[in-house]
Amino acid sequence: MYKFSEDEAKIRIAKYIAKEFDALSANHDLFVNLGVGIPTMVADYTQSKRVFLQAENGMLGVGPAADEEHIDPLLINAGRVKVTETKGCSYMSSADSFGMIRGGHVDATVIGAFEVDEHGNVANWIIPNGKMLGVGGAMDLVSGAKKVYIAMQHVSKKGKAKLIKECTLPITGFGAVNTVVTEYAVFKFENGKMHLTAKADEITLDELKTITEADYIVSDTLASM
Amino acid sequence: MANIDCNKLCTFDEAMNLIKDGDRIFISGFGNAGDPKQLVNALVESDKKELTIISNDLGSPNVGLGRLLTKGKVKALIGTYYNWNPEVAEANNAGKISVELVPQGSFAEGIRAAGVGVAGFYTRTGVGTELAKGKESKEFNGQTYLLQEAIYGDVALICAEKADELGNLVYHKTARNFNPVMAMAAKRVIVEVAEIVPAGELNPESIVTPHIYVDAIVLRSC
Repeated sequence: MYKFSEDEAKIRIAKYIAKEFDALSANHDLFVNLGVGIPTMVADYTQSKRVFLQAENGMLGVGPAADEEHIDPLLINAGRVKVTETKGCSYMSSADSFGMIRGGHVDATVIGAFEVDEHGNVANWIIPNGKMLGVGGAMDLVSGAKKVYIAMQHVSKKGKAKLIKECTLPITGFGAVNTVVTEYAVFKFENGKMHLTAKADEITLDELKTITEADYIVSDTLASM
Repeated sequence: MANIDCNKLCTFDEAMNLIKDGDRIFISGFGNAGDPKQLVNALVESDKKELTIISNDLGSPNVGLGRLLTKGKVKALIGTYYNWNPEVAEANNAGKISVELVPQGSFAEGIRAAGVGVAGFYTRTGVGTELAKGKESKEFNGQTYLLQEAIYGDVALICAEKADELGNLVYHKTARNFNPVMAMAAKRVIVEVAEIVPAGELNPESIVTPHIYVDAIVLRSC
């Protein structure tokens, strides 16, 4: 089976989501909250001027990471990265920022995940190993954003399937996931079922089956990603 | 700082006198922005103990807010994210402290609720998850919501860019975060600022926290 390097995989995932956001924002503004890791990279590939980034620590209109000359230590995104302003950006309190999310005003959130199951459940907030104790805004985002995108590599570092039948780790949101994008495939959840809507040319359908434990329906309009 | 007439201005020692052992203390900040660093230092150096610290996170081990735990001043924590400070999980596992994790949006809104006289609110966040344990749930329009009760505090230690003589506050960029709601939700509010300006100098349209909420102001030393 064809294997993408880790960097290649991440870039492919980010680019795919960026392209989808460009298309979605063709006719209207799109407000997006990006989690840490691959999700943050999505911003590097969007071309649209109508995609606006929201950071849950209290900013709408987040710009690119700050270079040495333009660092303001009090201007950070929710991943604690020092960022910049865009024209027309604004600040708000954490309560107002999460009100924006909970109130359904944010069109999409992109987050990473440990596991996603075939029911659209996502586990991404904790591995119960006694060392982690934190949830942050993960639960608020998956229940508040209109669409939840999962950006993750198809299998774990140890080669284990991450798209499985039932999540084994504590759930962040039940039935919360709309779209999963990996380096090999794109899945969309519709009516509680998982549909394969796009696939990398580098992999066959049979090969995809071997690395995906979750059951899914191959879409009639399967596209190449 | 000439001609400043501010009766809320106090020293760090005087500010610490507003805190009692066993208090529930809000401390603002998110990821090293908007936290009252010198007030936290004063609290770390004080003799206060058995504190419940209500904050987004607890910094890093022996750094900033983390020092409160390292120095044994913490009885309980209420917050959202302690992965930056592994000492929290250790102390929790050892039964030395109790930790209540709250999703960040429910945490922020719970504090605002306390500040605006609302006893609790229902939210879709966290329904069915481990963090829903012990929380009442209720159906509205065919969907399940969780009750998040208001999160009250005795004292708030917050941070602003500037105060005027009355205690009106303005913030700087993402250092605003939890400050405005914590200012509303505590019985006694102490704010650390870099500068105090005469009343009337701040544009009324730019004031985020009106002075009604502020009890004491300390000036950050550079």
